[in-house]
Amino acid sequence: MQGVGHAVCLGPDIDTDLVIAGRYLRTKDHSQWVAHIFEDLDPSLTSRLRGSVIVAGKNFGCGSSREQAAIALHEAGVVAVVAPSFARIFFRNAINIGLPAIECSLNCRDGQKIRFDLTDGWVEAEGKKHPIHPLSPRMQEILAAGGLVNYWKAHP
Amino acid sequence: MSTLSERILGAPAGEYVDHKVDRAYVHDGTGVLTLETWKRMGSVRLSDANRLYILFDHIVPANNSTTATLQHELREFACGSFLQFSDIGGGICHQIMSEGVVLPNEVVVGADSHSCTLGAFGAFATGVGATDMAAIWLTGETWFRVPESIGIHLSGSFQGGAEAKDLALSYVSRLGMDGGTYCALEFVGDGAGTLGMEDRLVLTNLSVETGAKTGLFYADEITGKYLATAGHMVQPQVPESCTYIRNLEFDLDDIVPMVAVPHRVDTVKPVQDLAGLPINQVFVGTCTNGRYPDLARFARVVKGRKVAVRTIIVPASRAVLSEAIRTGVLTDLVEAGCTIGTPGCGPCLGSHMGVLGVGEVCLSTANRNFKNRMGIGGEIYLSSVATAAASALEGEITEPEVA
Repeated sequence: MQGVGHAVCLGPDIDTDLVIAGRYLRTKDHSQWVAHIFEDLDPSLTSRLRGSVIVAGKNFGCGSSREQAAIALHEAGVVAVVAPSFARIFFRNAINIGLPAIECSLNCRDGQKIRFDLTDGWVEAEGKKHPIHPLSPRMQEILAAGGLVNYWKAHP
Repeated sequence: MSTLSERILGAPAGEYVDHKVDRAYVHDGTGVLTLETWKRMGSVRLSDANRLYILFDHIVPANNSTTATLQHELREFACGSFLQFSDIGGGICHQIMSEGVVLPNEVVVGADSHSCTLGAFGAFATGVGATDMAAIWLTGETWFRVPESIGIHLSGSFQGGAEAKDLALSYVSRLGMDGGTYCALEFVGDGAGTLGMEDRLVLTNLSVETGAKTGLFYADEITGKYLATAGHMVQPQVPESCTYIRNLEFDLDDIVPMVAVPHRVDTVKPVQDLAGLPINQVFVGTCTNGRYPDLARFARVVKGRKVAVRTIIVPASRAVLSEAIRTGVLTDLVEAGCTIGTPGCGPCLGSHMGVLGVGEVCLSTANRNFKNRMGIGGEIYLSSVATAAASALEGEITEPEVA
């Protein structure tokens, strides 16, 4: 799986409350989650998310298990999230909905082009390729299927 | 020689396993998305309704018609499909599962990050999101990477005003918000063996605040006695010598009352450093500290006096509320000026009753103090019940009196 996007740089320990606050969760209308994404962190981020690769610090997605955080990022047009480490529930959630979560440590500059190839196992920033921590074979299959819903449809 | 996680999952750390899930639960929040996703998987199949639980706790009773409609759909589904169901007022999902449901050696998965709480029974208990849960509804199993374990070695016993929450904040501070990522925490040593189930539940509850997959105690005589009251006979789990990737030691005698300051659970200071800080609200409850002994301890301090700030007390379950009524603890709390909420999560997640206004400060016995979590512009300090009680009487952060 390959992808490319412009970097949006974030700090460490971004919790899922900051991605989408609890007060917006009680709806089935996913556009509401996109509308309020990162509202308590930096509302100006919204306009930069489409086609982006989020490059965050360690422990991205800590806190609540709310899958709406991964869904909001995906539906806002984020191509992938790169971080040195992820909170494990967010990590599973992201892969399960088809959003690549890539374990890699990068120096981030807003707007720089980020390319990645999960099959070959690298992320490229500023023309330099960085090796990534590979996903388990099962997670690669789930991601390749576009998420766990499609995976189970294909493996009934 | 295995860690408890390795023993329960049946494989060494680092391996991936597919494992049957003994019990899987969602709440009114995550259940909605789980149901939607399960339907999208194109199936009307449920693996085993006896093992699947839907437990309403997050916004109870519903705060508006949107929430009420979502809950109505989930309630209809739960009852129509014969899932194990607890409606509003039953209590917090983790608490209900701790009241004689979860047993040692079980694999338990909840669609809530604090599902790690149930590790207090020597179960492997962890949180997942809605899509993983939908697949568990479908298949009755899920995959795990067997975690490496961090040994938290406890000795001694609590002194003065210190209690389990102060130890919990201390270990979160020591490990940091990602110090346990992908790992399991095992609470071991002589000090662990002396802690009651309620204290163990506090310690395992906070394990996810270090990024850990779960926190576990070995089932012992104390576990056995607790579960015997619910009619279960369980065998103790004898620890083997095993390899921890990291070891932390705590002498309980050295633990002092602590507070986590905004907006990080791992930014922890002794209460005495913050003494005198004015507060607007005290909140006692949640899956961390909303159990009967918590309410009773709070009541002992405030009985016959009046709280100086608004104080919201939310019992963790109907059983907790019933016990507080039966023993008179509830009367003591109400007469001291406390407000009592419906058993459930209360204002912890910031969606309804008891949220903060801009610039307000809450001293809470919960487990998260993230920015804006309990209301936009509010600040959350996390403490023990003893500290919350002393502070409620003074209207400012106050060291608890020696018990």
